[in-house]
Amino acid sequence: MFRWQKLGKVFSPQEVGGRTWLKEYAQAPAALVFDDFVRIYFSCRPSAEENGQYVSYSAYVELDRADLFKVRHVSERPILRLGELGEFDEFGTYPVSVIRNGNEVRAYYAGWTRCESVPFNVAIGVAVSRDEGETFTRVGNGPVLSYSLGEPFVLSGPKIRRFKDTWYLWYIAGRRWKMVDGRAEPVYKIRMATSEDGIHWNKANKDLIESRVEEDEAQASPDVFYANEKYHMFFCYRYSCNYRGKENGYRIGYATSTNLLDWVRDDAKAGIDVSDEGWDSEMISYPHVFELDGRIYLAYLGNHVGRYGFGLAVLDGKLD
Amino acid sequence: MSAMRWKKLGRIFDPTQHTLPNGCTRFAQSPQALVFDDFVRIYFSTRSVDNSNGKYLSHIAFVDMRKNLHDVIWVSDQTVIPLGGLGCFDEHGIFPMNVLRYKDVVYGYTCGWNRRASVSVDTAVGLAVSHDNGLTFHRIGDGPVLAASLHEPCLVGDGFVRVIGRVFHMWYIFGTGWRTFSADSPPDRTYKIGHATSRDGINWDKEEARQIIPDRLGPDECQALPTVIGLLGRYHMFFCYRESFDFRNGKGRGYRIGHAWSEDLLDWTRDDEHPLLEGTPGEWDSDMQCYPHAFECDGKIYLLYNGNEFGQCGFGAAVLER
Repeated sequence: MFRWQKLGKVFSPQEVGGRTWLKEYAQAPAALVFDDFVRIYFSCRPSAEENGQYVSYSAYVELDRADLFKVRHVSERPILRLGELGEFDEFGTYPVSVIRNGNEVRAYYAGWTRCESVPFNVAIGVAVSRDEGETFTRVGNGPVLSYSLGEPFVLSGPKIRRFKDTWYLWYIAGRRWKMVDGRAEPVYKIRMATSEDGIHWNKANKDLIESRVEEDEAQASPDVFYANEKYHMFFCYRYSCNYRGKENGYRIGYATSTNLLDWVRDDAKAGIDVSDEGWDSEMISYPHVFELDGRIYLAYLGNHVGRYGFGLAVLDGKLD
Repeated sequence: MSAMRWKKLGRIFDPTQHTLPNGCTRFAQSPQALVFDDFVRIYFSTRSVDNSNGKYLSHIAFVDMRKNLHDVIWVSDQTVIPLGGLGCFDEHGIFPMNVLRYKDVVYGYTCGWNRRASVSVDTAVGLAVSHDNGLTFHRIGDGPVLAASLHEPCLVGDGFVRVIGRVFHMWYIFGTGWRTFSADSPPDRTYKIGHATSRDGINWDKEEARQIIPDRLGPDECQALPTVIGLLGRYHMFFCYRESFDFRNGKGRGYRIGHAWSEDLLDWTRDDEHPLLEGTPGEWDSDMQCYPHAFECDGKIYLLYNGNEFGQCGFGAAVLER
């Protein structure tokens, strides 16, 4: 079992003022390391609309590299605008995963639209930054990864990586909409696609992680990290019903692979669980692993899926 | 080619005169033919009313006709293909479905409709297969084979597929965007005709957002329902086109039939300066002609199409006089 030492909550959106579009939530943290700070991208929301629905934006916070609990800067504006009328990302750009590519930074993000019979649908878009990741512009006005025969809806939670010369996108795809107490809840599984250029993708069309707690287990945030000659995936999973509380809510799972396609799940090894009390006592989710100055960190969300921010843990030992 | 002369056969199918499956009563839109030895099966989209909100649901049905395209043999009385499941791309309708024989089965390329919140609808193209000569179709997956992509942001639909040589060709439409033209009307969409190819009919390569037919009405021209047929050494495409806004009632703004030709399936020359198929005053197609479908039967070239009110009152046919 890995031993993660929890460092506590590092960012609270409620403490940021002067931004109507950033009232609460700091979801799906994704790190980009700079010389003297670590920029962590996240997704946030303004206050709910009159109908109770939210739009979501993505933004970033810069943490001092020498003291990650020192917030140096929060982006003044969302990093990306919402899509136009009728486009796939009209109502949200969440979550976002960033990667350097030469002089550019690319962001892969999930774009949200609203539907009639189910609350939403999601597809994955790509945007490019030429100012070191401060602002991004969409490559096109449609998605780069969309619905297909075996992935009929809800393509979300992209995590972009490049190993050797191949681009990898881990993401989730909806399996079915399940009616729970009169409300449509999506069941989704972890999937993968590969690409030579990051634009044209070939889907693996395969569930990478077997379901454990129930057949309709929802899996999210497939975060892949290479260390010690194997690939490690941290992800989160939850039950399909009544998952907004402690009992059935998100937990962090773990799997390992040597070829990126075949994964062995071993949640017992993940080494991080909910706390007895505090900001992450009910659920933990959206893990993101990054390396900084010789140490391995895990950024993750706590209660209410990041409504009050995200925290950090540091690995005691090695990822092997 | 503007000398193409069509002899109208009049309206050949009126849905209100028949009992239709799925509780449908009106509409027989986008007729599509499958020719058998001694009859022609014509698929069309008809509509039921969604009891939950009074909106329409489009369903596929068919009519078998004698080859004179006059005598009705029978009308399908069962579900040809069920609508998609909750949250799927074809949950709220299939309109149209293009059929073709491939090996020993019939492929049906569906245009699936699903309703959205800020705009009325989005669409994508699915594939269903029939093992009983087209009586029933089963989708090969819950999702589409052709959907929105990087530069085709919405409304991918109206697939028309033919195998030429060893290549599957699909002509289809893609949305270029939605726009609110007038404060007191809901947003309207604009779409253009595109092209994709495939080796297996399942995995497609789009010519990503290349509009293959030039506009005649300008950038706000909507182009729909391409149908392609080879004739006298050229490929001919028929389609329909209209203005994006005020096209339901605005005089001269509704659908009419367009035409283009190509020798290599890449470059198309639009050639519809002279109306191909004018509406007949006082008749069922007086104000609108739309959703064309060209097919060959016993050496003759026919064009099926809808008339006024987008096919609410059925479809008609014309035969090419060379």
